[in-house]
Amino acid sequence: MTQPMLEVADLHAYYGKSHVLHGVNLHVNPGEIVCLLGRNGVGRSTTAKAVMGQVLAKGGIRFKGQEILGLKAYEIARRGLGLVPEDRSIFPDLTVRQNLMLGVKDPRAVGRWNIDDMYALFPRLKERDGTPGGVLSGGEQQMLTLCRTLMGDPDLIMIDEPTEGLAPKIVEQVGIFLEEIRKRGISILLIEQKLAIALDISERLYLMGHGRIVFEGTPADLKNNAAIRKEWLEV
Amino acid sequence: MEFVVISLLNGITYGLLLFMLSSGLTLIFSMMGILNFAHASFYMLGAYFAYQISTWIGFWPGLLVAPLLVGAVGAAVERYGLRRAHRFGHVAELLFTFGLAFLVEEIVHLIWGKVAVDYRIPEELDGTLFSLFDTDFPIYKGFMMLISVGMLVALYALLTRTRIGLIIQAALTKPDMVEALGHNVPRIFMLVFGGGTALAGLAGVIGGNAFVTEPGMAAAVGSIVFVVVVVGGLGSLGGAFVASLLIGCIQTFSVAMTLSITDVFAVVGIALPEGSQVARLTITQLAPVLPYMLMVAILIFRPRGLMGARES
Repeated sequence: MTQPMLEVADLHAYYGKSHVLHGVNLHVNPGEIVCLLGRNGVGRSTTAKAVMGQVLAKGGIRFKGQEILGLKAYEIARRGLGLVPEDRSIFPDLTVRQNLMLGVKDPRAVGRWNIDDMYALFPRLKERDGTPGGVLSGGEQQMLTLCRTLMGDPDLIMIDEPTEGLAPKIVEQVGIFLEEIRKRGISILLIEQKLAIALDISERLYLMGHGRIVFEGTPADLKNNAAIRKEWLEV
Repeated sequence: MEFVVISLLNGITYGLLLFMLSSGLTLIFSMMGILNFAHASFYMLGAYFAYQISTWIGFWPGLLVAPLLVGAVGAAVERYGLRRAHRFGHVAELLFTFGLAFLVEEIVHLIWGKVAVDYRIPEELDGTLFSLFDTDFPIYKGFMMLISVGMLVALYALLTRTRIGLIIQAALTKPDMVEALGHNVPRIFMLVFGGGTALAGLAGVIGGNAFVTEPGMAAAVGSIVFVVVVVGGLGSLGGAFVASLLIGCIQTFSVAMTLSITDVFAVVGIALPEGSQVARLTITQLAPVLPYMLMVAILIFRPRGLMGARES
């Protein structure tokens, strides 16, 4: 069996005194798209932030076989992990190009992606090259934040609700794009609330509830299990 | 006419010096959320370091070495003091910088004594640059302008033309995201703090001999710098620039105006009753209060300052 790219074991996290994650276990294999599903507030984003070193956590987080829990966020990023946060965190006053350049960790290194690749994938971003990031539409911002993270040449990216607030047409594009990224050998941990693209593109799914993993399986398993869907997902 | 031109030149000189102080303060604030109460203490350290160096090897080496030393002290303060205090929240940080201001003042007392030191303008720069009507404009003021404008251009180029400037700009609004992209944000914080304090030090080097180098100089200029930052808008470099020049000019113009309040009201056609103490105050006497009145007015009518973006 191959070593997982990312392995989270018995992860606990806290916001001040409130205990948010109660022992989360999950793993992502190399080149795999894994989806972390669940309703709002069950701890999906917190799990991603804890992996990224942005939230105080206990337990184990192994990335490429090495323990990364306790490292600073920039050290974790430099090991090849990328986070595309839910709020997209575009730098509003900087141009599209400047936003993308900020994704580059080391200007001397040659990664899998450069700015021309990004513009080839998203001609729309090229058109807006000199536009401040703050005035882009929601869909454009989502593309920009994804591309920005890719510019840092990560081996695994965690993407928090990329389809949130986007039109169905664009949601479809996001799905195609994620497949494209995976083809280039990047593992993806996709965080979603809706089944929208999750069932189509992911190999495996985790379902979260109250700070724990409550279901684990393939998209087909979840499709067949109406009770689980009703209890933990549907509103 | 003569009065206007000379006051304007003096006001701009003073305003540029204020900007050198407030630019560092406002950068530090918008990036780290720290209102550095000790900022003017670094200005004072700059003046004293330059004085000490000038007694050993002259003014010119001090112009370069003193700000660098101050910046190194600033970076060390961030690395070993503020970064620890940060874990305990903003109040701890605020108290830390507050205490630091007292500490620096006492250290200055211990080393250089309680009276002003003899830090002088170098002979090469002691003279008249040009005469306008009947007033002489000293070379040194021209020199101060030159240094300030040079610094301004360098700071602008650094922030807008370099990669580190880009990272700093991004970290001003979203430090967490910048760090998640793999940039060493703690180190950027240290550099900005060191750079900001070095600028304050440079202001001390060229301001210390133009005015007086004494232990009260930090307190004297410190409150004005806060006025500048609040009026300009917390966290806005452009705002700090406008406010610096504005306050520089207000102070130099008002100091030279001998009109009394009665006269001012007379101009707009209101006659104040004779004999009132307040009505006889001249604008010169009111000069020290004017910047604070401006700050209060700004806080009432435009709390985010002239060009500030955030209200915190």
